[in-house]
Amino acid sequence: MIDTLRITAEEALGLVERGEVSPAELHAAYREAIAERDEELHCYLTLVDAPDGAASIPIALKDIIGTKGVRTTAGSKILDDYVPVYDATVAQRCKDAGLSLLGKTNLDEFAMGSSTENSAYGPSRNPWDTTRVPGGSGGGSAAAVSAGLAPWALGSDTGGSIKQPSALCGNVGLRPTYGTVSRYGVVAFASSLDQIGPVTKTVRDNARLYRIISGRDPCDSTTVDVPPVEIPEAEDLNGVRVGIARELNEAEGIEPGVDAAVRRAIDLAAELGAEIDACELPRSVEYGLPCYYLIAPAEASSNLARYDGVRYALRREADGGDYYDMVARTRDAGFGDEPKRRIMLGTYALSAGYYEAFYGQAQKVRTVISREFAAAFERFDVLLSPTSPTVAFKLGEKTENPLAMYLADVLTIPPNMAGLPGLSIPCGLSEGLPVGLQLIGPQFSENTLFRVGHALERALGFDTVPERLR
Amino acid sequence: MAITRDDVLHVAKLAELGLTEEEIERLQQQLNAILEAVGKVSELALDDVPPTSHPLSVVNVFGADEPRPSLPLEDVFANAPAREDDLFRVPPSA
Repeated sequence: MIDTLRITAEEALGLVERGEVSPAELHAAYREAIAERDEELHCYLTLVDAPDGAASIPIALKDIIGTKGVRTTAGSKILDDYVPVYDATVAQRCKDAGLSLLGKTNLDEFAMGSSTENSAYGPSRNPWDTTRVPGGSGGGSAAAVSAGLAPWALGSDTGGSIKQPSALCGNVGLRPTYGTVSRYGVVAFASSLDQIGPVTKTVRDNARLYRIISGRDPCDSTTVDVPPVEIPEAEDLNGVRVGIARELNEAEGIEPGVDAAVRRAIDLAAELGAEIDACELPRSVEYGLPCYYLIAPAEASSNLARYDGVRYALRREADGGDYYDMVARTRDAGFGDEPKRRIMLGTYALSAGYYEAFYGQAQKVRTVISREFAAAFERFDVLLSPTSPTVAFKLGEKTENPLAMYLADVLTIPPNMAGLPGLSIPCGLSEGLPVGLQLIGPQFSENTLFRVGHALERALGFDTVPERLR
Repeated sequence: MAITRDDVLHVAKLAELGLTEEEIERLQQQLNAILEAVGKVSELALDDVPPTSHPLSVVNVFGADEPRPSLPLEDVFANAPAREDDLFRVPPSA
C-alpha cells in the first residue's frame, strides 16, 4: 500500500529504482487517491492514463503547459477543445526523464488570479479546509501535491502563481530565475515575467524537479545556461547572510498569525547559524503592485490577441457577419471576466496618449525595483518574508473586488519584477492553516535558496499532510 | 482622467473585444478603480531612469540558420475552426 499523502517524490523514486514498486503501480495509486478525493477538491481538469513503459514516477502539469495529444485549456473556454500537436519543452523534459503524466491541473483562466476562482471550469478547493481557496493561479497543482494526488507538479508564476498557492496549501514552490526554464509550448500570459517551476512536498524534491526542467532551450531565446543544480544536504546555515526587508515584513495587511510564524522561522535561522540583519526596499513594495498591474496586463493584451478564432480554438460567428464581427464575438464568448478586464486595462495602458504615462513609467519603476534588490544583495545572500500576507481565504471572499484579489500577490510581485528566484516553504500554521515563508535570492541563486530552504525545513519539521486528511 | 463610456468602447474596439451592455458598465467602473490604484507609479520622478523591458541582459540571441522540417499540414489544421484546402477559412473582411 502506497501512502500518497505521505510519500515524497524522492521516496517514490527510490521505490521505483529499487524495483519495489513499478511505475504503473505508482501511477495507479495516485489515480486511486484522485478517485477518492478529487471530486471534492477539483484539482484536475483532465486525467491521463499511464503510458506503456513509463520508466519513473508520475507528475501533474498545470493546464497552461502544452501537452501533445492531451487537451490544454489554460482554464479558458476559448481553449475548451484545444489539443496541442506538440509538447512544451518542459513537458518533453519530464517525458525524457521517464515521468508519466497524471493529468492537467486547474488554474485561474490564463493564469490570471490568486484563487482558481477565475477558472472557467470552477474553482479548486484547499485540502486543509475545503471552504477556502488553494491560492492561484496554480491552485490545482498546489492542492494536488498537498492532498497526495500527485507526488510533484509543475506550475507557472507571473506575479506569484507558484509561490502563493504553495504557501496557502503548505508545500514547497519555486519560481525560478527568469530565463532558467523554457516557456516554449506554454500558453503565454506576460512574457517578460512568466516562469515555469516545481511544486513539491520537500525542498529536495523541488531541487530534483528543477534539475530536470531547467536549462537553455534553442526554442526559447530568453533561456540561458543554468549553473549545475545541487540537491541540498547541509542542515546548518553557518555563514549565510539573511536580510529582513522591513517593507516585505511589515506591509499593511499581513495577518498577526502569519507574522508570528515568519518571525519564528527567522529566529530559527539565527539558531542554525545565519547572520540576520534588517534592510529596506523603500519603493519596491509600495510601487511593485501598481507596476505589475500595468506591465502584466499590457503584455497580456498583446499575447491574447492571438485568440481570434482563425487558426485554432473557439470560433463564434453570426450569419452574414464579417471577419471583424467573428473575431469580436469569439473573444466575447471565449474570455471570462478577468482576461477581459486585463485585456482592456493593458490595451488602454498601451494606447496612444497613455503609453508613456502608464507603460513607459511602469518600465522605469521596474528598473528602480531591480536596483533596490541589487543593493540589498550586496549585503545579503537571501531575504526572508511572508509569501502571502494572509492564510487561505474563503471561496467568494474576494471575487467581487478585483483590487482586493490583486493584493494577495503584494509580497511575491516585487522580486518577480526583477526576475529574481523565490522559494516558498511552509513555516507553520495560523488558525490551523499553512503559512508560507518566502526566500528571495539574486538571479541564479537557486542552489542557495535550496540550501537555506532545506535547513529551515528540517529544523521546522512542518507536517505537509493537511490535518483533516491525517 | 476618469475613463468614460466612450473610452471603454474605443479600447474594446482596439482590443477587438465584443462586450455586452452589462460588461461595458461594469468595466467602466472597474477600470476607473484599477487605474486610480496603478496610476500611483506617476508619483515617482524617474526622468533619468532607463526603462526595463526584460529582466535579463540578454541581447542578440541567434540560432543556427539550418532548415528543419515544419509541422505537417495535418497538424497545423488539427485545431482549425474552418479549413478550405490548405487555408484557414474566415468570413469576408468587408
